[in-house]
Parts: sequence; structure tokens; C-alpha cells
Amino acid sequence: MKKTVQDIENIRTQTKLSMKNIRIMVCAGTGCTSSKSQKIINNISKILKEKNAEGISVEKTGCFGFCAKGPIVVIDPMEIFYEQVKPEDANEIVEATLNNKVVERLMAKENDKFVERWHELNFYNKQKRIALKNCGYINPENIDEYIAVDGYKALEKVLLEYSQDDVVKIISDSGLRGRGGAGFPTGKKWLFAKQVEGNIKYVCCNADEGDPGAFMDRSILEGDPHSVLEAMAIAGYTIGAKQGYIYIRAEYPIAVHRLKIAIKQAKDYGLLGKNILGTGFDFDIELRLGAGAFVCGEETALMNSIEGKRGEPNPRPPYPAVKGLFAKPTLLNNVETYANVPKIILNGSKWYSSIGTETSKGTKVFALGGNINNVGLVEVPMGVTLREIVEDIGGGIPGGRKFKAAQIGGPSGGCIPDSLIDTKIDYESLASINSMMGSGGLIVMDDSKCMVNLAKFFLEFTVDESCGKCPPCRIGTKRMLEILTRITEGNGKEGDVELLEELASSIKKASLCGLGQTAPNPILSTIRYFRDEYEAHIKYKKCPAGECKKLMNVHIDPEKCKQCGICKKTCPVNAISGEVRQGPFKINPEICIKCGACIEKCPFKAISK
Amino acid sequence: MKRCKGCNGYSVDDKMVKIANKYKGVKGGIMGALHEVQDEYGYISEINQKYLSDKLGVPLSEIYGIITFYSRFSLMPKGKYNIQACMGTACYVKGAEAVIKAFKDNLNIDVGQVTEDGLFSLESVRCIGACGLAPAIVINEDVYGKVTPDMVPNIIDTYRKKEATK
Ligand SMILES: Cc1cc2nc3c(=O)[nH]c(=O)nc-3n(C[C@H](O)[C@H](O)[C@H](O)COP(=O)(O)O)c2cc1C
Ligand code: FES
Repeated sequence: MKKTVQDIENIRTQTKLSMKNIRIMVCAGTGCTSSKSQKIINNISKILKEKNAEGISVEKTGCFGFCAKGPIVVIDPMEIFYEQVKPEDANEIVEATLNNKVVERLMAKENDKFVERWHELNFYNKQKRIALKNCGYINPENIDEYIAVDGYKALEKVLLEYSQDDVVKIISDSGLRGRGGAGFPTGKKWLFAKQVEGNIKYVCCNADEGDPGAFMDRSILEGDPHSVLEAMAIAGYTIGAKQGYIYIRAEYPIAVHRLKIAIKQAKDYGLLGKNILGTGFDFDIELRLGAGAFVCGEETALMNSIEGKRGEPNPRPPYPAVKGLFAKPTLLNNVETYANVPKIILNGSKWYSSIGTETSKGTKVFALGGNINNVGLVEVPMGVTLREIVEDIGGGIPGGRKFKAAQIGGPSGGCIPDSLIDTKIDYESLASINSMMGSGGLIVMDDSKCMVNLAKFFLEFTVDESCGKCPPCRIGTKRMLEILTRITEGNGKEGDVELLEELASSIKKASLCGLGQTAPNPILSTIRYFRDEYEAHIKYKKCPAGECKKLMNVHIDPEKCKQCGICKKTCPVNAISGEVRQGPFKINPEICIKCGACIEKCPFKAISK
Repeated sequence: MKRCKGCNGYSVDDKMVKIANKYKGVKGGIMGALHEVQDEYGYISEINQKYLSDKLGVPLSEIYGIITFYSRFSLMPKGKYNIQACMGTACYVKGAEAVIKAFKDNLNIDVGQVTEDGLFSLESVRCIGACGLAPAIVINEDVYGKVTPDMVPNIIDTYRKKEATK
């Protein structure tokens, strides 16, 4: 049923009270769901029923970010943190909670002490959660809980108290910049879209999140979908649009499901639809599914895809603010950008602009992955250093290996080598070392990773995803990939590095959209910081990191070989010859496929590459 | 069964009729329709393309262009168990290549192919958002995390056994 402002306030007060009860919050993000968190929820809920446990409930919630230790269960309001929980642990958790006790076995330990509340974990120490504020606190499938944490209050405030210009001013003053990659000032974008004349305008949300290894937007949508809906309605009011579209990847079924629920609930309450909160403002939101094309994250391609066409980009200008979706003025922002908006409206632009650096305000969410202990989702104030993220939050590199580089900004970004690990994470500092903020993928690599091979990996991605419309991107990236391939296979020629640099510079200049314009970045940055590694492949036919298979030579150290014959039995292609106790075994490099199986199996560590 | 005028007497089933009706007149509806056809049948057959073209008024050539542009849509049926191996950055860094190779060797097919018995197909996909579990694979709805090449024969066997007991 449609609600009035007073109804919403009542729901807020009531739900706030009920949320003070003991709640067992189970992470139901994609990561924890694939390690059986739904089963945990089912088990707990069954046991609670059997025991007739009054005043205790079990709720699904959004990502806590600490995916490395998932599935995660938190007991609120005490915030007791349990990690790596299994469905079988349900009984013990319920028992302990009923008796005001804790299950020590499942608690995290740091410096030999149990961590009592989840915020006290080192992992959260340097984080500041604004966009992710509600993830882990509320049940994303229940609009009442969102309302209880001051949800839809910003929309109410905007509709009742602010003019369109007021909103533009608040967003501009806050210093918020687009989180989708380019970092364009959000207030300015809203102003342009507002100023353009037009009866029909659209608000779009970019939830295509194509950067492989990034899942910030997915986690926001899974954990707090209403914050994005609320922000889009605010944007609609500000620019004069009545219709919004969310373009989301079909590969995110949980996020799609939660968005559908959220849109339905908001419509039922009259927070979307006609005459919102009795103010005469109409705004509706529809979902559109992407179908697995990276280039559709580019704004003009995205709009083509919503229109039911091939997702190819168009030249700009005209910019979407002038001629966007269905040829109408359109405002497009990223999920995380929107997630910040309600909090800025409620707390004021001064509050937001007090966080971060001179030119980069607020926080940024990163998906931390690769060779790092605490794989997961982190939100940090702009201006922290990469070292703080890797060492303090990420908990360092596993397996006693060394930090080699971090790739930030995915296939359009660049790598940051060990020597620059103290670089500040903000738009300008990253640009000054030829990297970029990107959308939030942050992949850490240890010293076993070959940087030439990494560049090749990203190029394979862009070649695959290039839409083919413009020749520099379609043909140029292919030629670069060929050169990289021959380098990693030991067929590199003198002058290849210079050729790559030359190609890169023309592709950057001549490509139609951001995909081609940024595709050479991973190559340029690896050449810049790891030129010697390229040289070693080309001149000496050696891969210093030992990753490029074609350049690898597996050999048995005759001194260490105890002539046991285990390697010979292990070899899948019979490349090893010799007889037990008849002298050291030998590998025939012509037959060897460099699978490394014998290296693993040799009890005397006599085999190496 | 419904006959489509002017298409030389081919017929489509009721589900197709429903899908086409749902998206008729929807702005940009062809994308939504193709998603539903793909989910329903596992691929988009030529007949179903023709039918959508007729019903939604989108030229067949354009529909073909859309299907081949987006990697989620396919023109050919997939295996009963579709193995999607993630080749996103996080999984790549944690050794996804070796996992794919193990599947290829074990099933004797290449990426993008279906086994002769129609049981398995293998795809390499972009980040599935389970980077915390890298390297990750998805077989139909089941997600497997932290996969190593030596786990692969066992994983395949579970599905083979499932089939044998049917
Ligand atoms: C190839 C390519 C892929 C992109 N992918 C995304 C994406 O997945 N998500 C996103 O929000 N922006 C993406 N962008 C950036 C968008 O074009 C656009 O700048 C952004 O969504 C604007 O929102 P913002 O100002 O809030 O950042 C991509 C751009 C390019 C060129
Ligand atoms: S890179 Fe494989 S799940 Fe994200």
C-alpha cells in the first residue's frame, strides 16, 4: 500500500526497535552463497523454530567484505564475528547465542587474542564504509530495514525541502566524482543534464561492471539495493526525468533478484511510481539485462544495448546529456556513485568533502584479489597508500612471497610496481604514475608472476571484447597480441618493444571509445616499469619469473637426485628416462610439456625450472 | 502449437508464443526476449529467431547480429552440463589456465565445444564475481571454488555418476 511521510516515519521507528533484538546476520553475497551460506541460514532458522527462540531471528545480509574468511556470520547487536562457518555449526551458534555465550572456535584471532566485534578486526581498521555502510547491517530483501537506517529520508528531504538547483549544489560541493572509472565530477554531470531542455529525459545506472576481478557494484546491489534506487529517484527529480533504467549484467543473478524485490517493495510503498510521497513527483525504474559484452559498460554502447541493438559505441559528441537513450537527454552514473548520494544529502556536502584529499573526495571501494591474504571488498578514504591497502588491510602476500606489482583499473589500467607502493590512492596521484583509478579492481601479484604474460592476458581480454566497429582497436590490439605472444614464446625480435610502444600510441589516439583508447595501458605500464623483463624474454629467451612455459626448462639436479624414480612415474608424457638406482634421471626437453608435476612430486626437491 | 504466417509452415511451441507476446511493443524488447529464449532452450534456434523477427518486427539479420554480438547468446545447444571456467583476472592469477587445460584434456574437447555424448560443454567466461574463491568454476548452478587441476577428474565423475544412476 502507498505510504505517507508519516507512515514511513512510523515504519522507521518500529523497525529500529525490532532491530535492537538479537539478530543472527548471515552473509548472502555471491561469495559466501557459493560456500553454502544459504544452508547455514536454513539450518539456523530450523533450529530457532525447534527451540522456540523468541526475540532471536536469522537474517540474510550483504557482503562484509572479508570474503577470504567466508561464510561469515555476525551476531547483532553485539557484532560478534564468526568466520568460515559451516552449515553443521548452526546448532552451536544458536546454543551459544541463547546462553549469552560465544563459539570461540569460530572467532577470529589476532595477536593471540580473540576479536570480539567485527569492526575491531585489523582488516577494517583503515577502512571507512560509506557506500557499503548498510552491507552487513540490514536484510537487503526487506525495505523496512533500509528505512530504519534512514533510508528514503534523503529522497523525502529532497522532494519536500530542496529545489533542483539545491541538489545540484550539494552534489557539486561534496566533490563526488564518478566511480565508474573516469572520475568525472558528478555535480557537473547532473547540472548539464538538468540544463538541457526536454520533456522526456532518462536516468540510467551502469551496473555492467565488466572489469574482470571486480565486484564492488555487485556487492552494493546485493547488500543495499534500495540506496541505488533512492539515489536514482533523487537524480530523476533533479534533472526532470520520470523514468530510470538499471543496466545490469545477467551474470549477477543474486543482484538481479534483489533489485527486482527492491523495486517491487518501493513501488508498493509508493516510493517509486506515480505521485511519490504525495509530492506530485513521478519516477519509475526498470531493469535491463546485459548479455556478456564488456564494451556495453561504455555509456553510448550501454544505451544502444538498452535500445535492443548491438552494444557498439557511438562517437561523442553528442554526449548522453544532450542526446542519450532513445535520443533523449540522459544522465548515466555508476552504482557506487549513486550509493554515495543519499548519504551526502543527509549528512551534507561539508561532511563528505572533509573525507579524502584536495581533489579526490570521499571513499573508494576496491575488490582486492590475487596473491593477497585477505581477498575481499574494502572501502578506503581517498589518499591512503597502496602499501596500507596491501599490508595493513590485505594482510600481505601469502606463501612467504614478495609483492611484485598491483594492477589497478583492470584491462584499462596500469600496474604499480614495488618501488611505488607508497603512492596515494586518488585520481591525480594515480594518473601521475601513468596508472588510473578505474572502477575498483585491485589485483595483487607476487614475484612468481611474469609481467609480459600479464600484459598478454589483458590484451587477450581486449581483443576478445573489442566490438570491431573501429579499425585501430579491432586490428591494432590483435597485432599487439601477436607481438606479445611471440615474445612470451621465445620468438621475440629486437625492436619489438619499440614497435609495441608505437602501436600503443596510435591505438590510444585513434580509437573510437574508451575500450580502445585504454587497451594499450597495461602494455605501456608494464614496459615502463618492467622493461628488463621484456628484454630478458627477447634477448636471452628467459622468463625471469619462470611463468612462460615455452621459455621454461625443467631439469633434474644430478647431485640432489636420489634415483628413486618417482618423477618418471609421475610424468604424463614419458619425458623422463632412467632406472631406479642406476644413476640420476634425465628429462628430454623435446617431449617435456613443462606441466611441473614432477617438481611437485620429487621428495628431494631435485627438480626445478 | 502456433503457425506463423508466411514462414513455410514451421511451428513454435507455446512458450515461444508467450515470450513473443510479452515483449511485443516493449521499447528495446528484443534483448529481453532473447534472454528468455536462451534461458528456456539453452540456445536460440533459427526458427525461434524467425518467429521473434515476425512478431517483434525486427529484421532477422538484425537479430542474428545481436545474437552473435553478445557472448551470452548462442546459436548452438550447449552440453547438458555446461562448465564455465572463470578466466577473470583474480582467477587467472590463481591458476585458472591450468584448470581449463585439465578440463580440456579430461573431456577431450576445446573451449566452446560439446562432448560427443552431449553431456558436457566447456566455456571460458569472464569474472563470475566469486573472486574470493579463485580459481572458480560454475557447472550449471553449482559453484566450485579454489579448484585445482587434480580436482577436475573427480568433479566430472560426479556428473557422470549422476547420469549413470538415472
Ligand atoms: C570499455 C568501457 C567499459 C566500461 N565499463 C564500465 C562499467 O562496467 N561500469 C561503469 O560504471 N562504468 C563503466 N565505464 C565507464 C562509463 O562509460 C561511464 O563513464 C560511467 O558509467 C559514468 O558513471 P560515473 O560518472 O558515475 O562514473 C566503461 C567505459 C568503457 C570505455
Ligand atoms: S576473476 Fe574469477 S570470479 Fe572474479
